[in-house]
Amino acid sequence: MTLTLDPPRIVKTAPLVQVRGVSKSYGRVVALRDVAATVYPGEVLGIVGESGSGKSTLLRMMNLEETPDTGSYTLDLPDVDGNLFALDRFARRMLCATRIGIVYQNPHLGLLMKHSSSGNVAERLLVAGERRFAVLREKAKDALAASEFPLERLDAPPIELSGGMQQRVQLAKAIALEPALLLLDEPTTGLDVSVQALVLDTLKRLQRDRRITMVIVSHDLGVIRTLADRVMVMRRGEVVEAGLADQIFQDPQHAYTQQLVHAKL
Amino acid sequence: MSLANLTKPWAPMSYGFLDASAKRELRRKMIKAVCVPGCQMPYASREVPMARGWGTGGLQVSLTLINPAMRVKVIDQGADDSVNAASIRRFLARVSGAPTTLDTLDADLIQSRHRIPEEILREDQVLVLQVPNPEPLRSVQPNMSIARQMHGDADYGRMWLQLYEQIVRSGRVMQGASYPSMVNGRHVMTPSPIPRWDVPKLHMARHLTILSAGREKRIFAVPPYTRVEPLVFDDVPYRVEDHGGLTCYRSGATGFFMNEIPQGDGTSTYEVSDSEYGVKAIRARDGEVVAMGETWYKDGKMPQ
Repeated sequence: MTLTLDPPRIVKTAPLVQVRGVSKSYGRVVALRDVAATVYPGEVLGIVGESGSGKSTLLRMMNLEETPDTGSYTLDLPDVDGNLFALDRFARRMLCATRIGIVYQNPHLGLLMKHSSSGNVAERLLVAGERRFAVLREKAKDALAASEFPLERLDAPPIELSGGMQQRVQLAKAIALEPALLLLDEPTTGLDVSVQALVLDTLKRLQRDRRITMVIVSHDLGVIRTLADRVMVMRRGEVVEAGLADQIFQDPQHAYTQQLVHAKL
Repeated sequence: MSLANLTKPWAPMSYGFLDASAKRELRRKMIKAVCVPGCQMPYASREVPMARGWGTGGLQVSLTLINPAMRVKVIDQGADDSVNAASIRRFLARVSGAPTTLDTLDADLIQSRHRIPEEILREDQVLVLQVPNPEPLRSVQPNMSIARQMHGDADYGRMWLQLYEQIVRSGRVMQGASYPSMVNGRHVMTPSPIPRWDVPKLHMARHLTILSAGREKRIFAVPPYTRVEPLVFDDVPYRVEDHGGLTCYRSGATGFFMNEIPQGDGTSTYEVSDSEYGVKAIRARDGEVVAMGETWYKDGKMPQ
């Protein structure tokens, strides 16, 4: 009798996100130098690094907010092909609205502070072309419920909400259209530890229930350790080390990673 | 050497206050605006002897279009006799020699603030609307450069967000005037501060409408027989003001846009907002023979 062993899930599937050879400089400042990243479907990729290491720039590029000097970016989705950096403004906007969700560190970047919370979520659906009020309302409610937002505050404007609640609204907005890729830019920085834990719980549960592919950027190793399957360590615009989360945290190879891990532990 | 022999003798060839090059620019911009219905065309707004915000945009268009053979009507909030309307009408007549009229049916050129007359306009009539704020996206996108990009991309999702917010907050769409409307299925425009009642009159209208904002330096147009559709949700229909059942206390006319006149005892009476239509209704009631035009609204309803 032969025992057939399935290869790990990751090996069987093609990567969802492939970023290759991305470089970007602002004048004489080099933000990214020949950075590559691969994300598999259903996986959480964590990007760590100190301030100015280029991790947020990379994330903004994955959200097509910025174009690199060189490099390519592909998403393995049925109706998306080619280098996404080469898309025009219109195609970019549609793709970002329907396929990519993003949660910023600063809620002011991602939300309309004076509109209602449900309206903020509905905006996503409106950009994608939904024009029925009842459906908008229902879907906004669903997305807010999924991100564990208290529904009695459905129509409160984000400016009146606490930091943790604002992040939940951002999250609801990001997942409203069930995006293929969810980008999180320091989603819990600036929240106090207990609220941080609650938001992380929500993210973890979402990831488990919906198998959303996520890329999370943080300088907080605790956050990365809680969520990420794989980790990329960045420094001065370059990837110094990449690997499985456990491997990076238990057995860091690069001097900078060692320093980082030990500083934390 | 005197001024008289340095200049040409007077001849009745230049009229309408603006110089020829200003008029030419305005004509060109109007043609552009007609070619791309609802799209805002920038122009160099000239100085006219009136303060910005008092209808200088509409006035410049009127001055460009006018000739001594045209009949001019000017209305302000539906009335021909308000100070603003009377002053503009007198000014237009003085600088162009054009005869003035109060009757919508007689007018060739109608400059208006806040209203479209109740009688249906014909192919040979031009309606000029004064616009205070030509940018419908301003309330949802304060950055005008990005707003222009949004117009270019037809990225109007946020206009519905505005309606969503109003329904959530108040249970219905609260936008009373300047109701954002899609022109020719492409550009969203603000139809100047006309009430919701008047927006359906622009849809597939026979006349040319030119909207001009003097302070903001933008011209846009609704050519004849062009679709003008107010933005609505699929499941929340467009509603005009509930004036269909009101009766004018002076003329007895029913089913038109009314001005509310509060009374001492807390109730209200109403009078027809289109003052000349009210006057005609009174004269007809008193037995005079008056030519009453066909109206857009019949029995307080807009026929589909």
